[in-house]
Amino acid sequence: MIWFLYLPFVLFLIGVYGIFFSRKNIIIVIMSIELLLLACNINFLLYSLLWWDLVGQIFTLIILTVAASESAIGLAILVVFYRLQGYIAVDSIQNIKG
Amino acid sequence: MYLLVLYFPISSVLLLWLFGRFFGRIGSSIIAITNCFFALMVSLFCFYEVCLMQSVCYLTCFDWFKVSILNFSWGFLYDSLTCVMLIVVTAISCLVHLYSYDYMNGDPFLVRFMSYLSLFTAFMLFLVTAKNFAQLFLGWEGVGISSYLLISFWFTRQKAVKSALKAVIVNRVGDLGLLIGISLCFFFFKSLDFNFISFMASLYTVDDFVFFGFSISSLFLINLFLFIGVVGKSAQVGLHTWLPDAMEGPTPVSALIHAATMVTAGVFLLLRCSTLFELSTDFLKVVVVVGGLTSFFAAVVGAFQHDLKKIIAYSTCSQLGYMVFACGLSNFQGAIFHLSNHAFFKALLFLSAGAVIHAVSDEQDIRKMGGLVKLLPLSYICFLIGSLALTGFPFLTGFYSKDFILEGACSLYTVEGFFVFFIGSTAAFFTAFYSMRLLTLVFFGKFNGYKGSLVGVHESPVYMTFVLSILAFLSIFIGFMCKDMFVGMGSSFWGVSLGFGVINWNYFELELIPVVYKMIPLVFSFVGLFLGYVAVSYFKGFFIYVLSVKKYVNFSVFIVKSVIFLYTFFNKKFCFDEFYNKYIVLNFLEFGFSFMFRVIDRGFVEIFGPLGSVRILTNVGSTVLYLQNGKLSFYFSTMFYGLVLIYVFITIL
Repeated sequence: MIWFLYLPFVLFLIGVYGIFFSRKNIIIVIMSIELLLLACNINFLLYSLLWWDLVGQIFTLIILTVAASESAIGLAILVVFYRLQGYIAVDSIQNIKG
Repeated sequence: MYLLVLYFPISSVLLLWLFGRFFGRIGSSIIAITNCFFALMVSLFCFYEVCLMQSVCYLTCFDWFKVSILNFSWGFLYDSLTCVMLIVVTAISCLVHLYSYDYMNGDPFLVRFMSYLSLFTAFMLFLVTAKNFAQLFLGWEGVGISSYLLISFWFTRQKAVKSALKAVIVNRVGDLGLLIGISLCFFFFKSLDFNFISFMASLYTVDDFVFFGFSISSLFLINLFLFIGVVGKSAQVGLHTWLPDAMEGPTPVSALIHAATMVTAGVFLLLRCSTLFELSTDFLKVVVVVGGLTSFFAAVVGAFQHDLKKIIAYSTCSQLGYMVFACGLSNFQGAIFHLSNHAFFKALLFLSAGAVIHAVSDEQDIRKMGGLVKLLPLSYICFLIGSLALTGFPFLTGFYSKDFILEGACSLYTVEGFFVFFIGSTAAFFTAFYSMRLLTLVFFGKFNGYKGSLVGVHESPVYMTFVLSILAFLSIFIGFMCKDMFVGMGSSFWGVSLGFGVINWNYFELELIPVVYKMIPLVFSFVGLFLGYVAVSYFKGFFIYVLSVKKYVNFSVFIVKSVIFLYTFFNKKFCFDEFYNKYIVLNFLEFGFSFMFRVIDRGFVEIFGPLGSVRILTNVGSTVLYLQNGKLSFYFSTMFYGLVLIYVFITIL
C-alpha cells in the first residue's frame, strides 16, 4: 500500500511545476493549486486507510470545501481582472502592487 | 492617641485640598487652626506621658516595603527629644496659623496658604516622630518641598520663584549627602532603625572602610555625609545661601519654616544621631569648627544688611551655628534647649517684623523706616522682647541657653572649646550690635521713608496681637521655666534619647568656671547693645548711606576707600553668592548645556534612541519596498525559492 503514496507525490510535483513554470495563462496556475490540494487530499485518504483513522477523511472533506471556495474566489478575481485589463497572461501582469 | 498628633495636620491638609473651595476663607482657616490646636493638645499629652512620666513610646504600624534584608516598616518613636520637638512644632505652627489668618487676610489664596502650612506641619511631625532613617528622609524631603511651595507662594513675583528654586537646589546638595549617609548606615549596620543603629554603633568604632587603598573610619564616613545633610538643611556656612533668600516668602512662612522649625531639622538630625556622632571624636571637631564659623560669619553679615527680614534670617543662621557647635562639643542638652528657646523668640521676632512690615505698607528696607515706636508701640515691645531674648539679656529666654552653651564650651579646656567660646562670644557681640541697630533704625529717631508708606500705618489686628503677646510671654519665661528640667547635672529628662560621651560630660564643671569667663559673653552683649545704640544714633547717615562716610571725617582717601570696601564686602555677604555663581553655578550650567544636554541628551540618547531607530526603519523600509515590484511571475519565483530555502534549512537542521 506504501506504493500508492507515489501518486500524490507525483501529483504534487506536477502542481508545483504548473504554478512556477506556467508562463501564459493564469487559469493554469489556479488549476495547479487545485492539483496541489488534491494531492494533499489523496495523501490524507491514504494515511487514513493505512492507520484506520477517520480523522483523515473528515479533514479531506474540510479541505475540499476550502479548495472549492478558494478556486471560486480565484476565478472571480480573474474575471474582474480580465474585464479591467483585457489579458490574463502571467508574464504580462506587471502592476499588482500597492 | 499618639498617632493623632500626625492625624490632625494630615486631615487638615486633605480637607483643605479637596474641599477648601466649599469651606470658604473663614471655614478653611477655622479647620486649619483647630486641627493644629488639637495637635498641640495631643503633643502636650505626649509630653506629659513620655517626658514627665518617663515612658518612651515605640510604635510599629505596618510594613512599607521589603527588599531582601532592606525592610521598612512604618514606625513611630516618641522619646523626650521627639516630644519636645512636637511641642515646639505644633505650638509655633498653631500660633502662625492664627497669625496668618490676619496677615494674609487680603490675599485671595488664603485657603491654599493654610493648606500648605498644614502640609508643612504634617511633614515636620513625620520627621520628628520617625523611627527609622527612611521615614526621617520622607519628612526631610517633605518639609523641603513645602518650603519651596511656601517661598514661591506669590508665584507671580519672579524673585520669589527664583529664591524658592535656589532653596530647593541648595538643599538638594545637602539631601544628597544625607541620602549617602543613610545608604552608608544601611551598608554598615544592615538596618535603618535609630535604636538599632545606636546600639550597634559602638561595635564600629574601630572599623575601617577601605576604598581604593584609602582607609577611613566608617563612623567618620557616615557622620561626614549625615553632616552634609545637616549643613544643607540647617544653613551652616557653605550651604547657607538659600536661607536669606528664602525671606522672599510671606512673613509667617519665614517665622514658621525658616526660623523656628524646618531649619532646626538639621540640628534635630544631629541630636537624633548623637550616639553616632559621639563615637567618632575626630568628626566632632569638624562639627565644632563649622558651627562656630557659622555663628560668627552670620552674625557679622547680619550687622551690615539692610533688609529687615534678612537681618533676622542671618541671626537665625548664627543661632543655628550655636546649636551645631554645641552638638559638636557633645553638649546635646544645650543644643536642644537652645533650639526650643530659639524657636519661640525667633518666631516672635519674625512675627513682630511682619507686623511692622504690614504696618508700613510692605516696606522691608530698614533705611526707610524710623521713629515707629510712637506709631507701633505694641510691635515695638514685642520686637524689643524678642531682640533682648536673642542677645541673651539676663533672665530672658536666650540668656539661659546661650550662656549654657558658651560655658559648656569654655569648661572643656580644649583647643576647640576655647576657640568656639571666643568666637561665640564675638558672635554674641555682633548679635547684640545688629539687634540694637535694627531697633534703632526701625523704631527710634525720625521716620526716614516715603510719606506714602505712613498713610495706612496701623497697629496689628486682634489675632496678630494675641499671637505676639503669647509669644512675648513665652520668650520671657520659657527659658527660666525649662532650664532645670532640660539641662544640667540633675536632669534625667532626656533619658536615653541623647547619647553622650563620658569624657565630655561637663555639666558639673561648667557651673564652676572662673567668673571672668562667665562674664565675657554678658559683657560682650552689653557692649554690643550699647555700641549698637550709640553708633547707629550718632552715625546714622553712615549706616543708611555708606558713601556719606566722607562727610564725617577728614581721613585719607585710603581709609575712606577701605571702610567703604569693607562695608560693601560685609553687605554682599562675604561674596558667597558671587563666588558660587561665578565658579560653580556657571560651570555647572555650561557643563549641563554643552555636555549633558547637547552630547548626552540630544546626542547619544537621541541617536541611539528614538531618532536613530526611526532613521534605521525608514532606510530598511525603502529598501524592502523594491521587492514589491508588481510582477506576478517575480512573486511566484520568490515563493518558489523561499520554499526551497525553507526545505533546505529544515533538512540541514
